[in-house]
Amino acid sequence: MTETPLTDTHIARTFTLPSALETPPGADGWEEMYPYFTRFRPEDDQRFWFYNAMHFPEPMPAFDAISAEVSYAAIGANTARLFVFPTTLGIEYRIVNGRVYITANPVMDPADVERRAVEFAERAGHYYENWVSIYDGWQQRIEALIGEIESIYVPTLPEFDDFEAIKAGRGYAENHLVVQNYNRCIDLFSKMWHHHTEMLMLGYGAYVVFFDFCRSVFPDITDQALSRMVGGVDVTMYRPDEELKKLARRAVELGVDDLFFEGCTADQVLGGMRERGDGGAAWLADFEAAHDPWFNVSSGDGFYHHHLSWADDLTLPFSALPRYVGMVKAGESLERPTDFLKRERERIAQEYRAILTSDEERAAFDQMLELCRTVFPFVEDHKFYCEHWFATRFFQKIRAYGALLARRGVLADEDDIFHLQRTEALQALLDVELAWSSGGVEMGARHWQPVVEKRKRIVGALSRWQAPPALGPMPEGLNDPAVHMLWGVTAETIQTWADASTDADEVHGYAASPGVVEGLARVLMSVNEIGELQAGEILVCPVTAPSWGPVFGKIKAAVSDIGGTMSHAAIVAREYGMPAVVGTGTATHTIRTGQRIRVDGDRGVVTILDKATSDGASS
Amino acid sequence: MSGALVLPFAQVGKGDVNLAGGKGASLGELTQAGIMVPPGYVVTTDAFNAAHAAVDPDGAIQADVAALDGSDVATVTSVSERARAAVERSRVPDQIMAAITSAYQELCAQTDRYDVPVAVRSSATSEDSADASFAGQQDTYLWVRGADGVIDAVRRCWASLFSVDSITYRRRRDMPEEGLAMAVVVQRMVVARSSGVIFTRSPLNGDRSVVAVDASWGLGSAVVGGEVTPDSFTVSKVTNDIVKRQVATKLVRDVPAPSGDGIMTEDVPAELQSVPCVTDDEILRLVAIAKQVERHYGVPQDIEWAICEGIEGPDTFLLQSRPETVWAAKDADKPAAAPAAKAFHHVLAKFGGSVPGGRTGAGPTAADPEARTEDKDG
Repeated sequence: MTETPLTDTHIARTFTLPSALETPPGADGWEEMYPYFTRFRPEDDQRFWFYNAMHFPEPMPAFDAISAEVSYAAIGANTARLFVFPTTLGIEYRIVNGRVYITANPVMDPADVERRAVEFAERAGHYYENWVSIYDGWQQRIEALIGEIESIYVPTLPEFDDFEAIKAGRGYAENHLVVQNYNRCIDLFSKMWHHHTEMLMLGYGAYVVFFDFCRSVFPDITDQALSRMVGGVDVTMYRPDEELKKLARRAVELGVDDLFFEGCTADQVLGGMRERGDGGAAWLADFEAAHDPWFNVSSGDGFYHHHLSWADDLTLPFSALPRYVGMVKAGESLERPTDFLKRERERIAQEYRAILTSDEERAAFDQMLELCRTVFPFVEDHKFYCEHWFATRFFQKIRAYGALLARRGVLADEDDIFHLQRTEALQALLDVELAWSSGGVEMGARHWQPVVEKRKRIVGALSRWQAPPALGPMPEGLNDPAVHMLWGVTAETIQTWADASTDADEVHGYAASPGVVEGLARVLMSVNEIGELQAGEILVCPVTAPSWGPVFGKIKAAVSDIGGTMSHAAIVAREYGMPAVVGTGTATHTIRTGQRIRVDGDRGVVTILDKATSDGASS
Repeated sequence: MSGALVLPFAQVGKGDVNLAGGKGASLGELTQAGIMVPPGYVVTTDAFNAAHAAVDPDGAIQADVAALDGSDVATVTSVSERARAAVERSRVPDQIMAAITSAYQELCAQTDRYDVPVAVRSSATSEDSADASFAGQQDTYLWVRGADGVIDAVRRCWASLFSVDSITYRRRRDMPEEGLAMAVVVQRMVVARSSGVIFTRSPLNGDRSVVAVDASWGLGSAVVGGEVTPDSFTVSKVTNDIVKRQVATKLVRDVPAPSGDGIMTEDVPAELQSVPCVTDDEILRLVAIAKQVERHYGVPQDIEWAICEGIEGPDTFLLQSRPETVWAAKDADKPAAAPAAKAFHHVLAKFGGSVPGGRTGAGPTAADPEARTEDKDG
């Protein structure tokens, strides 16, 4: 008798159903931007979905949807088919109003789980047992892959094909390469994502085991303490910032440091260097050396074409350089205290270990920690190779194809290619291939340019849509660690969404770096706005990618919409000893530049202190 | 008379429970370990024995009490009244009076006051597990001034051994009356700005990697007595991060009575009610001391502390430290995890799924894939 009302209550707990979502004003027709198989179906109302704001914080331009398509095609295959995780298949995703919603497919039948467990033990076991040599091979594979994408030739379609083609007896004209090489880019991008997910779930698996054990014996342990035990010190992701510091030191050594001043542009500095004789030339040589590969670091996570890398846009590195140069001249150390950080990592692990009460627990702790440290070079470093270096090169190639389309008059601008689906871009290129061959004119201008204009307006309208964090009925069984790992959310996260406070003066997120400070907010929606940041402000941004690193010397605290306690922003904030709250979901929408805010990095709360006075006062 | 009647804290250690009682031994041990405790001394059980021999020379009181039925409230009450009166009215032997007076004057000499206020607390020698609650039945006198006052309070502490509660407690447990003794701690009062309790593990979940600090305005009696909801902080022992803070609305505080005798409860000024009563620096200082004490004893501690505004800034004192008992009793005898044949077996166990037959979790057998295969075959 008592069961009925309980069940009713349970069923009543549901988020907005996908079918109930409305298209925001001005965004009619958004569906045309994405493949048919990304749309919600009526039966999807029966399932729980959540917004993957971590990876896809903005509406997807049509081409960029490939980041979701290809990455989910890879991760599910690796999880379910290659390594055969017992309890979970892959991730399904849908796009609505430009946002990516995902759900996991669990394995429900115990007999299936049993069957899969046998396979999993063998397959995962092989990788764990040979992790170091497999990772060694992985690095060679990924560097070869980057070499391949870098070497891809994007045809320029000159009036007359190259005489070399005649001499070499090549046997085909250049337009043959238009589609072939475009498809090659897509293929390599897919392969990169397979490599990316190949070792990642197993790597995370080791972390989950260690973290869960620590949380069971130390219920009050913070995510920060956990990540400090396994966190990296000599990590590739720090290298770009290290290279900038090196360039700052070189500028002082070579006597060309006067070219760096607050507000200087890359063009000014580089132009100035060319007029400074040997010193300038030496610095430029160092700059070139650092530039490739270390400036291939995305201002986001490599998921969007407009998250430009340092190599694409020198604003960020050159806005950081004057401060580094100033520090060198003032005799301040630019070194990261790596020895100290390594000692701390060891000390923290040893102290937790010492608190354990039995030798058995200590032995298990040692095994789990050791496994984390075995997998961690991959977990830490894959990002630079995949999301940054490779993705930078990939989007550069696609942009070059955009330039080809623009030169041929199909598109108005090279970046317009990113408003075509990847299959539509292929069609446009076929059009070019034919027109160059026939001597006619591409039909694409008339066809694609209105489409692009419309989609630009739609993306603009969609960016103002506040995406609900979750859709559909609250899930019942969320106890499976593999599902947690795949989803990146836990039962508690979902509960928090369900109970979401409407208190607009507070924003909640992960307590990423401890401490409490108050200050003025500076909301930066993209790294390109970095010049607006004043020293001592609190940075509020959608996501802090590693390329934002140099900014941290300037700010008092950091708040982001996206990210967890292992995110780069969190790690860097801890190193700088400043409070940080990450993964708030809504900070950039809720907080306005100029508002006085309090960042509580102990609790993960950001409070707007002068909401009443600044509402309407700011733009 | 076999030994010292009065011993300064510095001359008492944790092995001296029989002489100094549990509280006295603990304060002595802390003092010897270099922990800042308000200075004081112990009136030893030898002093008690000598004084009691004078009160009950033929053992008549002892025999009366021993003969009581713990459930016979009326008789217990009348015997208790007689025994207490005998102790409280007795004349303390000269030698003991002199020892207490001289030790008190030494405490005064350390300050610029001739009648420095002290706390006089009974310090029981009973070491059974319920010691804490038993000790709680003994008397404590705060803000006692002058040697005569101290002697009177000491005598009343001795007499509290014959309170109805104490007698009933002993009789119900059939504890021997013979050899029963009571030490008394005499300790300088500190005028606490803030005070509270520390557990060197979480009182909520037993986590040994954190220190829990409860703090409220004024003297510690308000926190210990549950009169206020204290501010509450959880601090990692390893990283020293304050991982949880709960600042409570603290409506009242205990302060020394204006008369100079005893304490009184007053309202906390409005502007102080909702602000933390300790700074982050003070919290970290308390945690450092608590860690030192825990290391010293080798087991998690339950500590009472106070912070006073000294001439050169705040001084932090420990008033008491004893082993934490609640979680100690609950500590699982089976470890939370055991080593597996290979490290990655922990991962296989974690992601192996929960299948009927109980193969769930990171338990020792679940982490062993060979065991799993046998499971399946069987």
